[in-house]
This record gives sequence, C-alpha cells and structure tokens, in this order.
Amino acid sequence: MNVAETPFEFVTVSYLTRIGNQSAGTLAELLTGLEHCSDASIFHHTFQTLGSHHFLTDGFSNDFAQWALSDTNRNDLAEQLAALDIRDYVSIAALRSDLCRVVGEYCAAYPNFASQSALERFYFCESVELTAPLGRNARTLDEFREGIEHLSHSGFYFHFISSRLRLQLRTNDFSHWLADGLGLKSLAESVNHIDIYTNTLDSARAKLLRLIDRERRKA
Amino acid sequence: MSETLALSRIPLDQYAELLGASEIEELRALAKPLRGRSIEMINSTAVGGGVAEILNRLVPLAEELEINIKWDVMMGGEDFFEVTKSFHNALHGAPYHASPKDFEIFLAYSERNRATLPLDAEFVVIHDPQPAGLIETRQPGANHWVWRCHIDLSHPNRTVWDFLEKFVSRYDCALFSSPEFSRQLPIPQYLFYPAIDPLSEKNCDLDPQFVSQVLGRYHIDPQRTILTQISRFDRLKDPVGVIRAYRIVKRYFDCQLVLAGGSASDDPEGAIVLKEVLREADSDPDIKVLELPAWAPLEVNALQRAATVVIQKSLREGFGLTVSEALWKKKPVVASAVGGIPVQIIHKHTGLLAHSVEGTAYQIRFLLSHPEIAAKLGEHGHQHVKENFLITQKLKRYLTLFLTLARGS
Repeated sequence: MNVAETPFEFVTVSYLTRIGNQSAGTLAELLTGLEHCSDASIFHHTFQTLGSHHFLTDGFSNDFAQWALSDTNRNDLAEQLAALDIRDYVSIAALRSDLCRVVGEYCAAYPNFASQSALERFYFCESVELTAPLGRNARTLDEFREGIEHLSHSGFYFHFISSRLRLQLRTNDFSHWLADGLGLKSLAESVNHIDIYTNTLDSARAKLLRLIDRERRKA
Repeated sequence: MSETLALSRIPLDQYAELLGASEIEELRALAKPLRGRSIEMINSTAVGGGVAEILNRLVPLAEELEINIKWDVMMGGEDFFEVTKSFHNALHGAPYHASPKDFEIFLAYSERNRATLPLDAEFVVIHDPQPAGLIETRQPGANHWVWRCHIDLSHPNRTVWDFLEKFVSRYDCALFSSPEFSRQLPIPQYLFYPAIDPLSEKNCDLDPQFVSQVLGRYHIDPQRTILTQISRFDRLKDPVGVIRAYRIVKRYFDCQLVLAGGSASDDPEGAIVLKEVLREADSDPDIKVLELPAWAPLEVNALQRAATVVIQKSLREGFGLTVSEALWKKKPVVASAVGGIPVQIIHKHTGLLAHSVEGTAYQIRFLLSHPEIAAKLGEHGHQHVKENFLITQKLKRYLTLFLTLARGS
C-alpha cells in the first residue's frame, strides 16, 4: 500500500457572515454592487452559498441567480448566472468579471428591466473564514477514506469545494493529495469530476468513497 | 445583582444522534481554543421571550464544551421596563414622543446594573437595547463587547435610535438577524440567525397518537386537509388575511383552517384582533380559532405536525421562527416575503413566498395540487433548517465570532 510522505491533514471550517454596506434594488444596482463589492462578498454569494445550500440540487447555484429569479423575475438572466460553474474559476477576479459581464450584457439588452424595482433588495455580505484542525491526518488510502467518512459537512465543503480558490488550480484538496501524495492520478481525476451542483455534500461524499473503494479493490 | 438561572440541560451527544457525530466533533474542535475562557451573556429577562429561551439552551451547551460561560439578567423596576418597552416599539417604527425623563430612567438603571454585574469576562454579549448602556463600564482593550440585536431596526424612531447609537458604536461588533435590520455603523455587523432547538418540546418527535389526541381535543378532522397558522392574535400576523386566503382555497379544495395562538385574555390588543378574527370566520365550522395556554409547546408541535400546509402570512415580521419550526417538521410552508422569512423560505426551493391574500391562496392551491412538490419543499426545508437554524449552528457561530474577535486582538 502506498504511503504518502506528506500526510493529508483534515480540518474544518466555520464562517461568519459580515453584513456589507451595499445593497441593490434593481439589476443596474446589482451590477454596480458586483463591480465594487469585496472579494469576500463574491466568495460568500457563490462558493460559500453553494456549501450552505448543498442540499438544493435542482437549480440553486448562487445567490445572484436566485435573486434574479425570485425578486426580479428574470428567468433568462437567472439561468445565465446559475450556469457559471465555480469549478471553472481559480480566482475571484475572474469570477467577478464573468458575473459583471452577464449582468452588464443583460442590462444593456433590456434597459427597462435594468431599472425595474425588485421585490426585495439584495444585500451584499461577506464571509469571514475560520479554520480549525480536527487533529486527524492520513498517510494511506485507508486512513484517507476513514477521515473523509467522518468529516462534517463543513470540513468536506472546505476540502472539496472552497479549496479550489486556495490551491489556485482546477482541482480540490482531495484530488491534489491523491495525485501528489499517493500518485493516484486517475483516481484524483475521477474525484475531481464529481458534480458539486447536482450532488449534495452527502451524495458527493458517497461517490468519492465508492471511487476510493474501487481503487482499494484494485490493490 | 443577577438572578440564578435554572437551565435546560440536554447533552451534546443527544444532538449527535440527530445531526451526526462529526458535526458535534467539529463543535468540540472549534471550542478547543476557548476552553476555560470566560463569556458573559446579559439580557433583561430570565423567562419568557425568545432570547431567554435561546440562552436557556445555549449556555449549558457551551458549558459542556468547557467554556466558562455565565448568563446574567439585568435588574430593572417597572418604570425601566415601561421605558424599554416604549423604546422597543419605537425602534420597530411605532410613533413615540420622547421625554427626557425616559432617557434619565434608562441611564439610571444602566448605572445601577454596572455597579452590580461583573462585566469582566473576556467576551461580554449584551442582548437587545435594554442593557446596551452597560458598555459605559468598559475599559479600553480590557475585553471584547458584542451587541446582539434581536429586533428589526430597519425603520427606527430617530430619537430613540440616536440615543442608543452612541452606546452601540462603542461595541466591537453588532449582530443582526437579517441584513435589512442592520444600520450604518462604524463597527462590523454580522448576520446571526435565531435558532430552534430540535430536542425541545416544541420541535421534538411526537407519538402520532398524541398528535391525534390533540386534533381530537380541538375537533380537527385528521382525514381532511389542514391549513395551519401558528401565531399570536396580532394584526401584523394578518390572521384575517389568512381566513380570506383560506376562503379562496376552499372554492377548489375541501379543507380546514387552524389559527392557533396564545391566549388573548391578558392582551387588550390581542383580544380586539381575536374578535375581528371570529367575525371574519363567521362561525364557519371548518375554521378552528384556538386560544392556546400561554405555554403549550407540545400542542403547538402537534398542530404543526398535523398540518397539510403551514402558513405564515405576516405583514411584518422579526425573524419568524415558526417558519423554521414548520420546516424542521418537513412541512410545506407558504409565507409572506417579509422580515427574516425569505432567509428561511428560498422561493421554490424550501417553500413558497407570497405577497398578497390572492398570492397566498394560489400557492396553497399549487401545493395541494402537487403533493410531490410539497413533500420535496418540506424535505429541503428540513435540510435548510438543519444546516442553518438549529441551536448547534448558533453555538458554532458564537464560537467562530469569539475566535475571530480574539484573533483580531
């Protein structure tokens, strides 16, 4: 059995939501907000909200899309915003740029809708992140499986979803370690292909464990 | 002098059975750096009201995590509570004619309590406006002070808010239940949701036989559709609007309506609203207007569990925890998009939002026509509450806040 030189260290994460000073009552104001809000705010309304609403697997993608749908009744814009896949981004700047492009193009194409009042305002908030070590680590695939099985939702989210930004790579902590630590590149790739939009954190974890079990049977 | 409080103790392990051992392990991991450090929670009442209910559960859980936490209640006379009740209503936007005497009373009690309360914990959390003036005792850099505001400050009376803001601005941060309740302040403001306790009598699992007994007691037919709104008889909860929505639904579906709230006997305004409700009900045998005893958590629990659809048609709302209570029981909910309700009801995902009597009726009809969608909304709603609005999540948020404050210093 492969033994990694550098162990995988399991941590968990907790977030505070800081209320910002910006809000939007129209799509045009949303665009202004997107252009000027902090990176922590873009993170909060996309990456973090996906984690805290992981159980919604039929159309909920990020807070901007949900607001466009439920408060401005712009289904087409909501679809476009929901289609932005955070796995495609390794920086908040790139994600912000695409959010602004989608909303900007919509406002330009439909200026009447851009200035129409929403049912409820959108409040820009920020995530304040705090991590805590769980005191568990893994050097082998068996230990790794055991650790994943016992992770909380927050811990799993931290390693599997928000890690993409930290790594600045189109991958996650688990795949990164499987490839670099254990040399299991094919397993790492399969893990990275698990769809985080159509799976809950629980079902994503179950798939990941099944992939690991398949690998263990090969050994 | 603070009161000695009898707290409800439910071990964390019991929550592990419900939420999973890993969630509790995570709480313990977060709490580790706070072991032995001191926290003082201060509010103005030991019993009654949502704040006391939450602290009653939160403090023992924090103690189990080996945090040196205590809960003190500030003392006040009738004159103080009259003033703070007026302040409370004024901060909610009610008309109020400020008198200098009111502010003097507020300041005098703040001073008296500063002399008797310890206020020396590493983290001091002050709940709501009544004890806000205790901040004056703070020594620079000595400890961290947090103001937790449980009320809606979106349209406050200017005079009262200007008076309070001078105190609030001196805290390290302020906590609000919804972004729209917050103010422009020179200190950080964080979102802190209220929470329900899944193991409390109001939310724990019930024997179906008990639910049947409660329905029998109130002559509610369990075989027919039941629409339910649980809330006190208050115009802001729009019980008359609920009856009007029910009448529209009734044209299409055979159904009963349950409007259950606390007794209105000691609340003059509640008694007037109750009369209006009874007049609107017009002796319809399918409308059950129930005046529950002041503390009837098991009955409320049973009525929520028996409902086909739960309604919360408020015109204005603080957070509206009855929505979380219903969602926790996997009930489909139709509610107004006011106050903290849209945080709990993500439209078309965890429930349905409405903006009028007609809209409320339409959404109820939609759910009754599509029970499979109703069930899915209920299931998602349960998950949403589990992730965001349980007492354990609230504890986690506090731990995160204290660690963040400590790190900042």
